[in-house]
Amino acid sequence: MRQYRRTAAVLSAVFMGLGQLYNRQYAKGIAFIVFYATALFYAFTKLEHAIWGIVTLGETKQHFEVVGKITKKVPGDHSIFLMIQGLITIFVVILAVYLFIMNIRDAYQGGKLREEGKPLNGIGATLKFIADKKFPHLIITIPLVFVFFFSVLPILFSVLIAFTNYNNTHEPPGQLVDWQGFRAFKDLLGLSQWAHTFLGVFSWTMLWAVLSTFTTFFGGFAVALLVQQRNIRFKSFFRAIYMIPFAIPAFLSLLIMRNLFNAEFGPINSMLLKFGIEGPQWLSDPVWAKVTIVIVNLWLGFPISMLLIIGILTTIPRDLYEAAEVDGASAFYKFRKITFPSVMFSLAPIVIGQFAGNINNFNVIYLMSGGGPVNSEYQFAGHTDILITWLYSLSITNGRYNFAAVVSIFLFLIIAGFAILSFRRTRSFREDDMLR
Amino acid sequence: MSAYRFRKGLWLVISYILLILIAIFTIYPALWIVFSSFREGTSLFSETLIPEKWTLVHYKELFEQFEFGKWYVNSLKISLITMVLSVLFQLLSGYAFSRFRFKSRKSIMSGLFVIGLFPSFLSLTAVYVLLLNMKLLNTHTALIMVSSAGAAVGYLLVKGYFDTIPKSLEEAAIIDGASNWGVFFRILLPLSRPLIVYMAVTTFAGTFSEFIFAQTVLRTEAKQTLAVGLYNMVSAQFSTQFTIFAAGSVLVSIPVVLIFIIFQRLLVEGLTSGADKG
Repeated sequence: MRQYRRTAAVLSAVFMGLGQLYNRQYAKGIAFIVFYATALFYAFTKLEHAIWGIVTLGETKQHFEVVGKITKKVPGDHSIFLMIQGLITIFVVILAVYLFIMNIRDAYQGGKLREEGKPLNGIGATLKFIADKKFPHLIITIPLVFVFFFSVLPILFSVLIAFTNYNNTHEPPGQLVDWQGFRAFKDLLGLSQWAHTFLGVFSWTMLWAVLSTFTTFFGGFAVALLVQQRNIRFKSFFRAIYMIPFAIPAFLSLLIMRNLFNAEFGPINSMLLKFGIEGPQWLSDPVWAKVTIVIVNLWLGFPISMLLIIGILTTIPRDLYEAAEVDGASAFYKFRKITFPSVMFSLAPIVIGQFAGNINNFNVIYLMSGGGPVNSEYQFAGHTDILITWLYSLSITNGRYNFAAVVSIFLFLIIAGFAILSFRRTRSFREDDMLR
Repeated sequence: MSAYRFRKGLWLVISYILLILIAIFTIYPALWIVFSSFREGTSLFSETLIPEKWTLVHYKELFEQFEFGKWYVNSLKISLITMVLSVLFQLLSGYAFSRFRFKSRKSIMSGLFVIGLFPSFLSLTAVYVLLLNMKLLNTHTALIMVSSAGAAVGYLLVKGYFDTIPKSLEEAAIIDGASNWGVFFRILLPLSRPLIVYMAVTTFAGTFSEFIFAQTVLRTEAKQTLAVGLYNMVSAQFSTQFTIFAAGSVLVSIPVVLIFIIFQRLLVEGLTSGADKG
């Protein structure tokens, strides 16, 4: 018996596709050869430059040269572009190497089939096999490619930035960026003003997440209980009104609220003035600004909790309550022992999810107060800035990209902790084949 | 007994008072903005909630002084295309994870979940450079790509929903010769109407409100979206266009609120099914 499999595998290792040709899978073989040639060409022309780029982040600055009588600007290396292009190139090469290994395996298995005297798939059969048996791979490829380019790659990029000195004094194209290890981490936690800002903003972030989650959840809970009482009429009318904050686009509501709480001209303070009360500086006093934001968030967020809880209330069996009434349970007792546990049982993962979401609630803070009022003890942060808005002003407004990247890594770790906690609890991940 | 009845009656009255107070709390900002849009002058300040003199001039100014119509079309276009793409991506990945078992399925699922936790605009700079390299800055394509790209990350909701649909239905269809696509379009999708409506409406509203990426990617006024345009009207320290902004807000809110009212039942169903099965 001939050793088809070894010959095929070796041929494919020498040049991708040869093994397939040897196995008489011509269309596949040619396709592989074309792919391999392109990949080799790509690797030879790009890979070295990419690795050089990502290791050195560029060597020549933008500078001026005198040509004859005029000075000309000579563009230097753009560190950030080099980094991203390098990342892309390296990934493409890794993917190609993976395909190359798969090609050897394919040739090996083709050879094995021949040894056993079984027929090999022609190109038509191969395609049909992919459409049929590889269907799940086929349908998630496009979504995954998008996720890769617009999420994974940018995330890797921002993680890498944390280890560089990319900030407003090292900003391409004028300047080069260099690797500097953990310096940014040490600076952020070691320099007293930065550490002070970080701790201050961090503790307000956590306080904000707790307060906003708590108020919207229990606010929504209370409203749901009020509306769903047996002898209340016009239930659907009230419910429809309470849905309004959920329906109006959030950015508009926030912009409207910002004006509503305007201390000088806003209607709330002018109304208070009519009663002879001087209204507070809603958004420019440090403490009031926080209170205002929590109130506005309650307005925005309670409808969702209310809708969710109403949905669950209707599923609690009536006889539970009736049994409790026979035993003479008070209304509060029934709530504590029946209603509350049932709601929490279904909603706990969602509440944890909302908590994680609130840590990152950019829109509410940014559109309401923009992080203000300014805190002179902080670096580029105001009293109501949470980590994510601080991050925004650090990077986009003030160009401290490396510090922003460090903060984002911290933020990610915090959220990941909470979210994995909730994810573990969700049935849809744990279960799998038990249902049905 | 009468004391009991009295207490019950009193509680009912208190309940109604509370309900009405909450209703005022919820509806006041909306009413205020509607009335402001009909008020004369441009300032934020007014003596009364209901305007003394009514005018429609701000609605006219909206189209004369700003490219409001264009922003509207831009926003609708971007949000609709993003909505279709994201819902499709989510449904497809949910289908793959719910109905098929394949190698590295679990690791892809966990990977996607973790990626979804990373605050999206942290990657703003990288996305900007990427778009610059692809020569897509200041195009709507860029914004659509950026906003629908991460959609697969939200597969969990769909997967949870599909998991509860009994497999016996599909098995019967497969015996009758249905393909994978047939199962997807003829069986799973029709059974997931509330979920699809919920995802579509929330994606639409989310993209409609999206602000940071739109501001970064779209540079010229003619390309802008409603969110950016309206924000610029009132973001200045002393905004003098408040009533025009109010008119714009009303025009933006009406269609969105209508969609919510029309789909109210399906939305609530989708929301709670996500909670139940998530």
